[in-house]
Amino acid sequence: MSSTDKSNMRTPLSKVRGLGSAKDGTSHFWRTRLTALANIPLALFFIYFIASVAGKSYEDALAFIGNPFVAVTLLLFIISGVYHMKLGMQMIIEDYVSGEKSKILSLMLNVFFASAVGLACVFSIFKISFGA
Amino acid sequence: MAPKKTQRPLSPHLSVYKFPLTMMLSMIHRITGAALYFGTALLVWWLIALASGGEAFATVTWFMGTPIGLLIMVGYTWALFHHMVGGIKHFLWDFGKAFELDTVELVAKLATAIPIILTILVWAVGLGMA
Repeated sequence: MSSTDKSNMRTPLSKVRGLGSAKDGTSHFWRTRLTALANIPLALFFIYFIASVAGKSYEDALAFIGNPFVAVTLLLFIISGVYHMKLGMQMIIEDYVSGEKSKILSLMLNVFFASAVGLACVFSIFKISFGA
Repeated sequence: MAPKKTQRPLSPHLSVYKFPLTMMLSMIHRITGAALYFGTALLVWWLIALASGGEAFATVTWFMGTPIGLLIMVGYTWALFHHMVGGIKHFLWDFGKAFELDTVELVAKLATAIPIILTILVWAVGLGMA
């Protein structure tokens, strides 16, 4: 990989930057791992949450989410989880959707879906927590 | 694109392979990921209903209590456990560990069994409390 190697088309600057042709280097890989690690304890809590609220009455469910510890942990799971699932679905789309138009459309829909899910959950938890 | 299709030998495709457990797990990791992705719509429904009022919440609670609702919740729990254990396996591989063939097989068996056991445990306790 010396600079005299004529078969290598990459400039010294591009090698130093290490961002590759997609221009974002290892950020997708890294963020997937970062959110995955965060999701381990958070998802375990979420499973505890599901099992606890299953069959609870309206008042009991409200009171459960009204607990700040429950609300904040649930919010963390939603933020980390929604980001992780956006990254994952992006990878699935990039792997299987080959048409340029349908690929870009799917990638956009992925961002819209993840954003809507994230915001709807966060808004609902805020509304329940602040008791409006 | 060439106008005429030339008959060329194809490389051996999926159908000629035995399905090893590791390959199944790789596919299931992706499938559970996609299922969890769309499953979040249920969490949104549940949270929005809870934030909206008692009537909306009663509808969701009714649905979650039906056999289909329960199946979805148990399935979602299993998918989450499976994807999580699969993710931990990927962390091992990221650190260059557990690549020996017998270790790979052992880890694959554990990654199949542990999520099932955890799901049964959670719902045995969860439904026991309810």
